[in-house]
Amino acid sequence: MDRRLVRDIALVCLADGFVGVSFGAITVSEDLPIWLPILLSVVVFAGASQFVFVGLVTSGGNPIAAMAAGLLVNARHLPMGFAIGDLFGRSWLRRILGSHLLIDESVAFALAQRDPMQRRAAFWGCGIGLFVSWNLGVFLGAVGGTAITDTDTLGLDAAFPAVLLALALPALRDTATRWAALTGAVIAVAAAPFLPAGLPVLLALAGVAVTFIGRSPADRTPPRSTPSHESVSPESGVAS
Amino acid sequence: MTTLILATLILGVGTFAFRFAGPVLRTRADLPPRLEKLMGVAVVVLFAALVATSTLLDGRDFVGFARPAGVVVGGVLAWRKAPFVIVVLAAAGTAAGLRLLGVP
Repeated sequence: MDRRLVRDIALVCLADGFVGVSFGAITVSEDLPIWLPILLSVVVFAGASQFVFVGLVTSGGNPIAAMAAGLLVNARHLPMGFAIGDLFGRSWLRRILGSHLLIDESVAFALAQRDPMQRRAAFWGCGIGLFVSWNLGVFLGAVGGTAITDTDTLGLDAAFPAVLLALALPALRDTATRWAALTGAVIAVAAAPFLPAGLPVLLALAGVAVTFIGRSPADRTPPRSTPSHESVSPESGVAS
Repeated sequence: MTTLILATLILGVGTFAFRFAGPVLRTRADLPPRLEKLMGVAVVVLFAALVATSTLLDGRDFVGFARPAGVVVGGVLAWRKAPFVIVVLAAAGTAAGLRLLGVP
């Protein structure tokens, strides 16, 4: 792994660590038990769903309903797993550990690299780094509280989309991919006000259909117009 | 309390199942190139949707101007091939600076 990649990953770990601190502190300040944010972060390890879960429990929701909402937010990891599933090789240990470390950032860092060796290094480096920094942050926030409960003051809420955007940008040079991405983004934003968190991003996958338009007639599937259903947006989340 | 632990554990197991399905079902390293390409596009589409929604929305509501402005600044810098660190710091700095000035 070259030094630039290490530095880039370290920055994302630092930013997510701060968000973890605030997640831990906020959860405990809502009178939830101190072990909850810590346990969530270790066993779920997906920031957006953790915020959704805690938010629903705090507002008096049934924990089972909160669990279902969290699962919906995390369903996007399924297609991500298929896209990078060959990265772990055949070792069961690696497949199990790698799966647990599969989050937006580790997938994005992996896919932004060109050669397979670099992809693997980026995935494991980012996955392990974030697992450590996220859990350490949440632990410190839960146990010690923090002065920074509002990470928006630091602009960290803008950092998460900027990270994903910067890492996905090279892939957008391909015209068909770019149109598919744009279509998906429009679907997700249009649907967000009407659907529960997580679903809009899944509906965005309909944007993939755009890549079939303009194929040679031989391998063309009938061009589908993008479904006009609206979807809802997930909470912005780090380490999600 | 028991329900809370149980809900947390099931969320963890379910999330793991989502993540594990791909790596476990893709036992063959070589899928048809077209399918491989399609899955790559799908992930980029997911990222685009995540970027768009997390830039513009907080839950179901418009998030205000500071965050989108930060992301746009970061996006333009990334497009002009600025180093990743600069992109992220500029995005966060722009949003933080605008809020300091009272922009929501």
